[in-house]
Amino acid sequence: MKFETPAPPNPIDRQRVVGRATDRIDGPLKTTGTATYAYEWADIQPAPAYGHVLGSAIAKGRIKSMNLRAARHAPGVLKIVTADNTWQLGQGNWNTARLLGGPEIQHYHQAIALVVAETFEQARAAAALIEVDYDEAEGSFDLAALKDTAAAPERGRGAEDASIGDFDGAFAAAPVQLDATYTTPDQAHAMIEPPATIAKWDDDKLTVWTSNQMVAWGVADLARTLQIPPENVRLISPFIGGGFGGKLFLRADVVLAALGARAAQRPVKVALPRPLMFNNTTHRPATIQRIRIGATPDGRITALGHEGWSGDLPDGKPESAARATSWCYAGPNRISRTRLAVLDLPEGNAMRAPGDAPGSMALEIAMDEMAEKLRLDPIEFRRINDTQVNPETPGRAFTQRKFIECMQRGAEAFGWDQRSAQPGTVRDGRWLVGYGMAGAFRGSPVGKSAARVRLDSRGWVTVETDMTDIGTGSYTIIGQTAAEMMGVPLAHVVVRLGDSAFPVSCGSGGQWGANSSTSGVYAACVKLREAVAQKLGLNPAEADFTDGNVSQGGRTVALADAARDGELVGEDAIEWGDITKQTQAATFGAHFVEVAVDSATGEVRIRRMVAACAAGRILNPKSARSQVIGAMVMGAGAALMEHLVVDKRRGFFVNHDLAGYEVPVHADIPHQEVIFIDEIDDQSSPMKARGVGELGICGVAAAVANAIYNATGIRVREYPITLDKYLDRLPDMA
Amino acid sequence: MKAFTYERASSPTAAATAAQKHPGAKFIAGGTNLLDLMKLEIEAPAHLIDVNGLALDRIEPTPEGGLRIGALVRNTDLAADERVRRGYGLLSRALVAGASGQLRNKATTGGNLLQRTRCPYFYDSNQACNKRQPGSGCAATDGFNRSLAVIGGSDACIATHPSDMAVAMRALDAIIETVQPDGGTRAIPIADFYRAPGDTPDVETVLAPGEFITAVVLPPPIGGTHIYHKVRDRASYAFALVSVGVIVQPDGTGRVALGGVAHKPWRIEAAEAELPRGARAVASRLLADAHPTEQNAFKLPLVERTLGAVLAQAKGGAR
Repeated sequence: MKFETPAPPNPIDRQRVVGRATDRIDGPLKTTGTATYAYEWADIQPAPAYGHVLGSAIAKGRIKSMNLRAARHAPGVLKIVTADNTWQLGQGNWNTARLLGGPEIQHYHQAIALVVAETFEQARAAAALIEVDYDEAEGSFDLAALKDTAAAPERGRGAEDASIGDFDGAFAAAPVQLDATYTTPDQAHAMIEPPATIAKWDDDKLTVWTSNQMVAWGVADLARTLQIPPENVRLISPFIGGGFGGKLFLRADVVLAALGARAAQRPVKVALPRPLMFNNTTHRPATIQRIRIGATPDGRITALGHEGWSGDLPDGKPESAARATSWCYAGPNRISRTRLAVLDLPEGNAMRAPGDAPGSMALEIAMDEMAEKLRLDPIEFRRINDTQVNPETPGRAFTQRKFIECMQRGAEAFGWDQRSAQPGTVRDGRWLVGYGMAGAFRGSPVGKSAARVRLDSRGWVTVETDMTDIGTGSYTIIGQTAAEMMGVPLAHVVVRLGDSAFPVSCGSGGQWGANSSTSGVYAACVKLREAVAQKLGLNPAEADFTDGNVSQGGRTVALADAARDGELVGEDAIEWGDITKQTQAATFGAHFVEVAVDSATGEVRIRRMVAACAAGRILNPKSARSQVIGAMVMGAGAALMEHLVVDKRRGFFVNHDLAGYEVPVHADIPHQEVIFIDEIDDQSSPMKARGVGELGICGVAAAVANAIYNATGIRVREYPITLDKYLDRLPDMA
Repeated sequence: MKAFTYERASSPTAAATAAQKHPGAKFIAGGTNLLDLMKLEIEAPAHLIDVNGLALDRIEPTPEGGLRIGALVRNTDLAADERVRRGYGLLSRALVAGASGQLRNKATTGGNLLQRTRCPYFYDSNQACNKRQPGSGCAATDGFNRSLAVIGGSDACIATHPSDMAVAMRALDAIIETVQPDGGTRAIPIADFYRAPGDTPDVETVLAPGEFITAVVLPPPIGGTHIYHKVRDRASYAFALVSVGVIVQPDGTGRVALGGVAHKPWRIEAAEAELPRGARAVASRLLADAHPTEQNAFKLPLVERTLGAVLAQAKGGAR
């Protein structure tokens, strides 16, 4: 099915199942501990041996020698895999650094060996016996120091510069100007489930049970890396304990488990230990961002410039934070520039709302600063500069943009009218209290997604697609879609995900998963409805599928009857035509935050958070809300604490465990309210939905920053906003 | 984790004797710190002596009117004990400011005193650390040291002691009771318990080889208002940037102890004489010999401001 023109009315519009707040259908498996996460498949025979990964102790240089003797003779050890003793590996399309290093070392904790032993403890103990002699080289680790060496990324390897109108002239001429620089730190996904894999070979066929958001990418890159045909790889990833972008790509656990299993002639399981996760895997790169805004005294933006600097390994990619500004606000003269420095830190890559999350951390403070210069309420300033077309390509209208409604509804629910426009004036005992808001913007891309739907003689429907559920609720919305389309209760739908044996989906990333994958299921269900109608002698265009029956022209037949002679199957993929180029699909929101800042110690406590989101049809308000509140928590972390600290001498993230890398705990998170603005977007897909999983994080940190400013009158432009950055600017103690 | 042998001690003296017999042996009680360190091979004892079976899990009144807290009393139980909450509110508050509920359920009084630093370089065996590997150097001094000590450190080590409980114990003049392998006992004032890092930061306390903590004795309650304020980057389950424990009497005299600034809970009795002159005077005296780094210099004003807030709170009679 190709989506080329706006969707006409269709069975989803009934919203008998879709659009209803629905418990996760996979919830009982998770709450009872019976969902098989990557490390937990108990029935693999022969029983897997355990692999333990050894990470490089240096950030850059070469291994001069490795002495494996003691490790080989340690109790229980079966094999040790190193770059020296395994076959020549290829490189995955999505990987920058090699997943098995040596002799060249590209980053700290790059995997250099896998010890395979009978037990986990034996493997770990033996790994500690490997003696490595390094030749450590000087590396580049300091983004700020290397900023001026940064260059535009190669074409196709990151955002290209954009220039519309005459930015320099307009900015210079603007009566009101802001020119400010902001920084965001490196951040870790810090998902609870580490990268983990069990690998098993049957002759030249490889099966991996792993934790991966993008099954088809994983298969292709594993085949490329191992230099084997992709048809010999099966990847199974039905349950994922969090990813946030950290599991979009093939990682060392998969490759090493496969190599270890080959070497040991036995299945091998590998999980990355927590202290290795922060430097071995990918992270969200730090940015430096300069934002310039020029405006007329009545608040119309005339010039909008956003420049972003980040770093990555040679041949890596930038964090495209400057692109966050490309379509948020109007303004005839604009530039966006992305610059990339070469760093020898671990590989940077996507983390929840890459580009837009850090970009909005800066932009939405800048908007607050500018509103203050203009003596405008922050909402009013944003309202004045709303745009219904993409300001870089004015021919492209948004499919829907209810940004102003988001601000209004959020403000109402929050009580924004109670805000004191004068910072530092509201006290609650020792606490300084402030309100802050920010806009939220995130694109809503779509991708080809296929599914297979089966109808059995009980009238039950089984959906199969390699789509993943990374905790987002994919199982449930896919089940809801099939139930709605086939007119059966959700309890009569079986959803099977995350297996490369199933039709190739869009996978989970970039908040494209929900809209694209359910549209693929929609397409497959259309095929199945045709097969049912044909079997029952009904006209598929007119047949109504409701309550387990199919009706047309006064005739009603049980759906199950269509499969009485055997299962019926519908399979199709959804693809999008030029409609995605003619229009701009995006999601919008507004965040409101109340904070209290201890006037003595500078400690910040978030007291309330409200988000209003416009994201097309909300397929499952319950899991969508979970996505948004989870993203708000992540945004609170980004605002106040998350920070991978770089040791600029030795080139690694120092705080590489969950004691050192702080993420919010329950006590940090107050009451959260989420409002969804009603929308049915017929230009987005047959589901008339968009994405929501990443929208929720965009702008949150800036809303917190703006609330801190409102509370204290102190502007911090360097995240995270920790008290050491402003203690000296707090009021004197009486 | 390296392979180790294991035994259960039958008595405190037997535990001490066993430890002396096996050089490098460790006592294990709650294991909340030791097991993590063993997994990383930062601690690699060849022998573990499990002391959990020893009947040291009671809190009993002393003839002097104080409390004797068995070394195995869990942090949760200690914090919740009515006598502790009545007479030693500072201790109860410091305990619940530490770790998480699950950890406090396991962590013991003796183990809490002996927990090891959270310096990130101590935790990464690829990096230089004189505490982990004597003579290897200190990666923290010129590295990431925002959370580390501002006072009492040396060129060899600027690690902090992470305990909240110990800060309260220090303000309360607790006495640590031990038994030695020969059966002899000692009573060590907590003021004398921790050693300055000097050139041997791996030696953290005055405990002799094999010496085993059996109890912590609190003198009789001294009354006053007890406040423990722990400042950290998130609201819970984080180590202190600084913490301030005070006991303030109605006449304005009192006691002050700090956490998060040194290798031990930091208290200078002479500084307390400055209390009538306010937080700045006390903090100046407490931290007169401070040598902060660029990254942790904020701890000095933070101590002063936190102390100021806490003293104001005490004056208000909030607790």
